[in-house]
Amino acid sequence: MRPVSFTLNGKPTRLTVDEKRMLLWVLRDDLGLTGTKFGCGQSICGACTVLVNNEAVRSCVTPVGDVEGKQVLTIEGLGRDGRLHPIQEAFVRHAAFQCGYCTPGMILEAYAFLLKNPKVTRADIVSRMESHLCRCGAHVRIVPAIETAAAAMKGGAR
Amino acid sequence: MKRDDKRQDKAPEAAAASEYDPYDELVVTGPTTFPVDRRDFIKLTATGLLVLFSTRAFTPEELEAQGRGGQYATDFNAYLHIGADGKATCLVGKVELGQGPETSFAQVLAEELDVPVASVSVVMGDTDLCPFDGGTFGSMSMRSYAWNQVRMAGAEARAVLLQLASERLQVPVERLRVKAGVVADSADAKKTVTYARLTEGKRIERHLEGKATPKPVKSYTVVGTPLARRDALAKVTGKAKYAGDVVPPGALHARILRPPAHGAKMTQVDTSAAEKVPGVQVVRDGDMIAVLHAHRDEADAALALIKAQFARNDPPVDDKTIFDYLVKNAPAPRAGAQAGNLADGEKLVSEIIEHRYEDNYDAHAPIETHSAVAAFENGKLTVWAGTQTPFPLKNQVMSALHLSAEQVRVITPYVGGGFGGKSGSGQGVEAARLAYLTKKPVRVVWSREEEFFYDTFRPAAVITIRSGITAAKTIGLWDYTVYWTGTRGTEMFYNIPNYRTSSVGGGYGGGTSPHPFGTGAWRAPGNSTNTFARESQIDIMAAKAGTDPVEFRRKNMIDPRMLRVLDAAAKRFGWTPKAAPSGRGVGVACSLDAGSYNCTMVEIALDKATGHVQVTRVACVQDMGVVVNPEGAIQQMEGCLTMGLGYALSEEIHFKGGDILDRNFDSYQIPLFSWVPRIDVEIVPNPDLAPQGGGEPAICGVGASIANAIFDATGARMFRMSMTPERVKAALART
Repeated sequence: MRPVSFTLNGKPTRLTVDEKRMLLWVLRDDLGLTGTKFGCGQSICGACTVLVNNEAVRSCVTPVGDVEGKQVLTIEGLGRDGRLHPIQEAFVRHAAFQCGYCTPGMILEAYAFLLKNPKVTRADIVSRMESHLCRCGAHVRIVPAIETAAAAMKGGAR
Repeated sequence: MKRDDKRQDKAPEAAAASEYDPYDELVVTGPTTFPVDRRDFIKLTATGLLVLFSTRAFTPEELEAQGRGGQYATDFNAYLHIGADGKATCLVGKVELGQGPETSFAQVLAEELDVPVASVSVVMGDTDLCPFDGGTFGSMSMRSYAWNQVRMAGAEARAVLLQLASERLQVPVERLRVKAGVVADSADAKKTVTYARLTEGKRIERHLEGKATPKPVKSYTVVGTPLARRDALAKVTGKAKYAGDVVPPGALHARILRPPAHGAKMTQVDTSAAEKVPGVQVVRDGDMIAVLHAHRDEADAALALIKAQFARNDPPVDDKTIFDYLVKNAPAPRAGAQAGNLADGEKLVSEIIEHRYEDNYDAHAPIETHSAVAAFENGKLTVWAGTQTPFPLKNQVMSALHLSAEQVRVITPYVGGGFGGKSGSGQGVEAARLAYLTKKPVRVVWSREEEFFYDTFRPAAVITIRSGITAAKTIGLWDYTVYWTGTRGTEMFYNIPNYRTSSVGGGYGGGTSPHPFGTGAWRAPGNSTNTFARESQIDIMAAKAGTDPVEFRRKNMIDPRMLRVLDAAAKRFGWTPKAAPSGRGVGVACSLDAGSYNCTMVEIALDKATGHVQVTRVACVQDMGVVVNPEGAIQQMEGCLTMGLGYALSEEIHFKGGDILDRNFDSYQIPLFSWVPRIDVEIVPNPDLAPQGGGEPAICGVGASIANAIFDATGARMFRMSMTPERVKAALART
């Protein structure tokens, strides 16, 4: 157990915790942010994806000690000033989900790569999303949703 | 109702966002997670209009909808409530698994009541508030519950309200019109009264007797209109609560000791090391040993300290020998549907074709594992569970703990996918037992490994078909036998004078079976397997006849609904007639499930060197009767077609004796983004028929159409699903 400090959704956060505990469970149980989901526990499905210093990481295999001093963003922190982020908006508009369980991870993965470069082709999106699993079969809507979001982000939306 | 292809093929411009604000249409309700107490709810409904369950005898359809082994509560069992604010609440025992009924139920009720859809609240899957329901399966939510219960309750309520308005306004009922919950005299626009006004301060109860006349379908303006999902905002913001997200204060994680293999029994156990871990509570209750801790990682670590020995009792079978094993262990066949007689058929035909088809075990693999939270407080046990069957789960908890109906409540938050796999909710009973024993709130969230181990797999099956074609290229003989997966989807829509359908062994669930582990309903249970066998055999006959597969089907088709979807699919797909194998790689399959008719056509690209199959495009046409929410129905079709790629091309549970060898998504391969073809779906209108199944039918033809496309591309015939690259290569080598 030791104090770990990081920035969570823009707010300084400090807690005393076993630094080996996975970020997923720290977020869900220690911090009460349940939008980050447990899916496979082995970094395969992507449901637990969050951003650490603007990189998409799998929180189920990321010890909380690793985010010391870093910026962590979860689905709860993506929208700003009570407004949805363009990616969330696009997922709503395209109904790019069914059960919604993989959705936070999908949205954050897309956010991470669009943040770096919103000029993406459909093939880029497919290849970036390949490591995210959706069992309901919303893929045909997720890809166009990300294209819509990319267009908005090209226009300057962050 | 044609699919809007623009969304698929071209990304809408960003500017489009401003002309449409989806949030206007959204209601952030969602299934209740910390809802009102039952007594408070009954108090809340002390005034207003209630439509309660019927005291009359139920029709067989209604009984089917309710499911088995349950009954309506006698003190409160309303289908709907209209409160003093005029707002309608729809109470439904079904659950939201992603298939969208939360939105569609609101549409049906809003339609009958003439109130805005957004003003209708939908409470789902709460055993204290909703009328009894057997479970969310069988594509029953719209075709049965919405149509027979919600719609009729709405009609009943509307009739009562119109009667009250007639008395209040002194206007005959025939002259009254309703818009957005306001009743007006069509002859005098000044004479109006709101629903809220009519129900204010009163308690009006009506029992659903089915006597009120619902609106004619032709007059519908809400049902049949595409509507945005009401769970959208909650699901894109992370606010949507699933069972594992419910965290009562002081909740503990429970991790449960599991056997290494099916059939293994524990002989020795030493929990002393785990008990020494600070904060850990070890619970032993009968054959269940659980480790509880506030943190999951600590519970996991303590669980690993338990030393247990198991005596194994492995069945002598594995994933390679299972098919012969299933046939060998089969009881005598039960004759099902038949016509004419097979001996006559033998004489009629010029060529007899006999094949055996096999399909392997598949997992449901929802991304949310089985999860539940239970809390025992003031003598009452509340279980939040990701389940397709809240009422049956309540019964299981009551019998496991000898509690009364009043002492157990199951609440179903959003469910992260089910596909039939959450019809069983063992995790809910586990959480309930542990919470009851420890008097602490307990969370049971299965690991992915537990999810694979305890899944009730889609059963492996064998199907044999002996069929024959006549000189006139018609089908004269059809002798069909299915082992261990039931006959769903085998209703005969081909014109065959002499046929017999036999089923050997039980269906997909229940009873004794030779399956070495649990099996159960998997989206359209048995149908994808039956469709694979039937439509492959039909294709083989078409090829023998030297006829284009679509033309052969058309010529032998007896059911006009199937003929219609076949023709519509051919048009949509742009099917050009050519006998297979044509080298093009196109395939067709017709299927019938839950009352919906479906035709699926695919085009594939096949790499002969690797055996890899890529589906490049799909056209799928469905006749599903009245469509409540076309947007939702299309999503279900797309989902089915995408999910179906998995059972067709890759999914298979490998096992050896009682060992399940696939325990995570590393080896159990479900469809990925790169697999998804261009999907083009169409629903043919059929407003004269009540809603039919929507969540399952479109998955049935995926495997068969791909198998037929493989033959069309290469001349290699697949007799086994899943059609992995290895098996495709083997089939190519045989050709």
